[in-house]
Amino acid sequence: MSSAEHKLAIEMKNISKSFGHAVANNKVNLDVRYGEILSLLGENGSGKTTLMNMLSGIYFPDGGQILIKGQEVTIRSPHDALELGIGMVHQHFKLVDVFTAAENVVLGLKDKHSMKQVEERIASICDKYGFEVDPKKKVYNMSVAEKQTLEIVKVLYRGADILILDEPTAVLTPQETEKLFHVMNNMKADGKAIIIITHKLNEVLSVSDRVAILRKGESVGTVETKDATESSLTELMVGKKVELNIERPLVKDRQLRLSVEHLSVDNEYGAKVLKDVSFEAYSGEILGIAGISGCGQKELLEAVAGLQSTAAGSSIRYTAPGAEPEELLEKNARQIRECGVALSFVPEDRLGMGLVGSMGMTENMLLRSYSEGKSPFLSMKEPKHLAKKIKKELEVVTTGINTPVRKLSGGNVQKVLVGREIANAPSVLMTAYAVRGLDINTSYTIYRLLNEQKKKGVAVIYVGEDLDVLLALSDRILVLCEGQVNGILDAKTTTKEEVGLLMTNLKSEGGTSHA
Amino acid sequence: MHKEPLIRVAKRDGMPLYQNILIRAVAIVLAMLLVVLFVHFTAGISAGTTISYMWEGVFGNSIYLRDTVFYTAKLLCIAVALAPAFKMRFWNCGAEGQVLAGGLATAVVMVYCGNLPAPLLYLVMFISALALAAIWGILPAVFKAKMGVNETLFTLMMNYVAIKLVDFFYNKWKGSASSLGKLNKGTKAGYLPDLFGSENSWLLLAVVILTIAVYFYLSKTKHGYEIAVVGESQRTAEYAGINVKTVTIRTMMISGIICGICGFMTVAGHDHSISSSTTAGGYGFTAIIVAWLAKFNTGFMVLISLFVIFLERGTSHIADKCSGFDASASKIVIGLVLFFVIGSEFFINYKINLRSKHDKEVA
Repeated sequence: MSSAEHKLAIEMKNISKSFGHAVANNKVNLDVRYGEILSLLGENGSGKTTLMNMLSGIYFPDGGQILIKGQEVTIRSPHDALELGIGMVHQHFKLVDVFTAAENVVLGLKDKHSMKQVEERIASICDKYGFEVDPKKKVYNMSVAEKQTLEIVKVLYRGADILILDEPTAVLTPQETEKLFHVMNNMKADGKAIIIITHKLNEVLSVSDRVAILRKGESVGTVETKDATESSLTELMVGKKVELNIERPLVKDRQLRLSVEHLSVDNEYGAKVLKDVSFEAYSGEILGIAGISGCGQKELLEAVAGLQSTAAGSSIRYTAPGAEPEELLEKNARQIRECGVALSFVPEDRLGMGLVGSMGMTENMLLRSYSEGKSPFLSMKEPKHLAKKIKKELEVVTTGINTPVRKLSGGNVQKVLVGREIANAPSVLMTAYAVRGLDINTSYTIYRLLNEQKKKGVAVIYVGEDLDVLLALSDRILVLCEGQVNGILDAKTTTKEEVGLLMTNLKSEGGTSHA
Repeated sequence: MHKEPLIRVAKRDGMPLYQNILIRAVAIVLAMLLVVLFVHFTAGISAGTTISYMWEGVFGNSIYLRDTVFYTAKLLCIAVALAPAFKMRFWNCGAEGQVLAGGLATAVVMVYCGNLPAPLLYLVMFISALALAAIWGILPAVFKAKMGVNETLFTLMMNYVAIKLVDFFYNKWKGSASSLGKLNKGTKAGYLPDLFGSENSWLLLAVVILTIAVYFYLSKTKHGYEIAVVGESQRTAEYAGINVKTVTIRTMMISGIICGICGFMTVAGHDHSISSSTTAGGYGFTAIIVAWLAKFNTGFMVLISLFVIFLERGTSHIADKCSGFDASASKIVIGLVLFFVIGSEFFINYKINLRSKHDKEVA
């Protein structure tokens, strides 16, 4: 049965929405049928989330019509949306940590069912589609994938037959992603309409029936997935051809830069976030760090940058070109930075840490260098020059170098940050989730910048999520699992499956292998 | 099934300057209309009389004008003192106490060291005023920096300590002072001499210098940059290698010291007395509003201080002239106007969309 025979679930006609002068959606058309999976594709700031938020009742369109099951409707609130059978699973989970799965599912519902009935219904939903949810498990004990499953079960329990998933795979391992696609296909077979937002083209191609593409807030068109390729989709999305190869230049002369030994970090409750981590980083190499989110990547980078207190017995030694090794743990953040060790971005907190949101590019350039010189006054000349240079070279889209960086889109914020860190001529460059939430074009710009640094002889440490990219970009991959090094692999020979397995299954003591 | 909501609120993406000024002007005009109505019904005077009384109370003669200048300068001085702290998002609600601390230290030195030679006496008064006010500012900062104690509550509480200390000395000195509470009324020791023929000039001079200095301190110096970064995000500040504790304490010391200057000038240069109700006179709290309305820009503070004092002096003059309208009524008026002015911020940041006709037809 071809998808054309299915009934229309959603029709959005000429939908427009502006925020101030910024037009987020301009006469966008979109339709979704029951029993199909539609991918919504577009660069950052192309208006995908805005469009979906109008379906789920968070925003109200300025113009246009929304038809559900052929009926024109007005969606004023998430409550209205749910009544129409539209359920959205957001990127940031909306669950109560101290409640059980079942309690979260019924939270806010008025019907009076006993917990037993609720659990039975959850069990029947799970059986039907192949979910695994333990109704009695508390949310704080759940993994990211379990929480996401619970979010989907929650909207299904509420009777949704139109599901919107906003970047659901961004936080999942390859195995978990496969599981998610499996249940998505089961839901599709049951006649549900599913919209998935994702930046990963291979996922788009493998899971969806059709792909709707937005560019700069306008619909570029909808294509059948079977007729599409990664490069054709990218071209539609960006508006021009984009080279989709990640280089891995070989640098011959590698030298030891960073030597981390027995690094342990305790969190504020005394639990080990990092346990006996040892590794080395070399100049002219990209060391990839893989791991499911929250298994110590952030602490690892911050410990090296001097922003994280470490447990006794830890050692982080840095060897500058032609110098003796120095112990970094005895230095503060500023001294470490002056050695040439740069922590460039932690976008989990892109604006909360690397940049000051209310300041313009110029003032943000000052963040690293403002204290230089003896004068009590700020010197704006050099930062202004640098800001202009970065704006030009990295094609930062901004109304001016004094526009608060908070107003820039995610990708541009990232460029400002990486531009500044690279301008410092570091000898160790650490990046975390450098391309999280970034569109394809910007992502490849960032990969290119990192490779340029590598070729210059910088030791690059790249914490990433997308295993395809990690495998293509890195020279070696260190896999973290529960705060421990679960293996260091040669990126040229390893497979996605091997890395994924190491991310989730902690090997026994002493089982780490060096590539 | 559903109608479009009648009113929707959307965030604006900035607006031209003239529109910004227009909205504020409309707010003030509306507020003044309400004031005139309010005065009409309480004091029973016409709109014209209300405005002319207010004008008279503010600029009517040299005595009124002198007071206007003094109180504007005083309010401005405290608002300027708050600017660095607020820029750091350290909600210093303790300016009242810091001014009182400065005033109290001045008074204590005047009373107990009154026989020191004049220049030395002034110097000791000045330094002790600054030191005590600085302590009043630093204490909450230290607790915030070291233990994360909430600064709003801490600075508020410090006000009460200062008020009660002042009350204690006020009662202790009541016998020796005149009925007006003048200190050293016989010797006039510690009274600042007139400068350029006016006792106001000292405060005025100090305020002009401070307003300009704080403006440059915040926008052009490394310290100012640190304050802005700490205010935005402590994590970012740490990442940039800024010592957040040092900056917090240093900034509150500056805030306290400027309040101390205000307390010193008030007691030694103008009041020559001390009391918990007049030395700071609630300006420590009014200044919070001034600082906020000026978005921590000391230049705007000049205009806003003048506006607030205009209302205050103007309405209290109406209260002097008319029965049925007293000091509390004048406070209501100030509250009303500030309500409008602060309310206009909403219309500057957001726009209101009414349900469009098209949707009505559909629904």
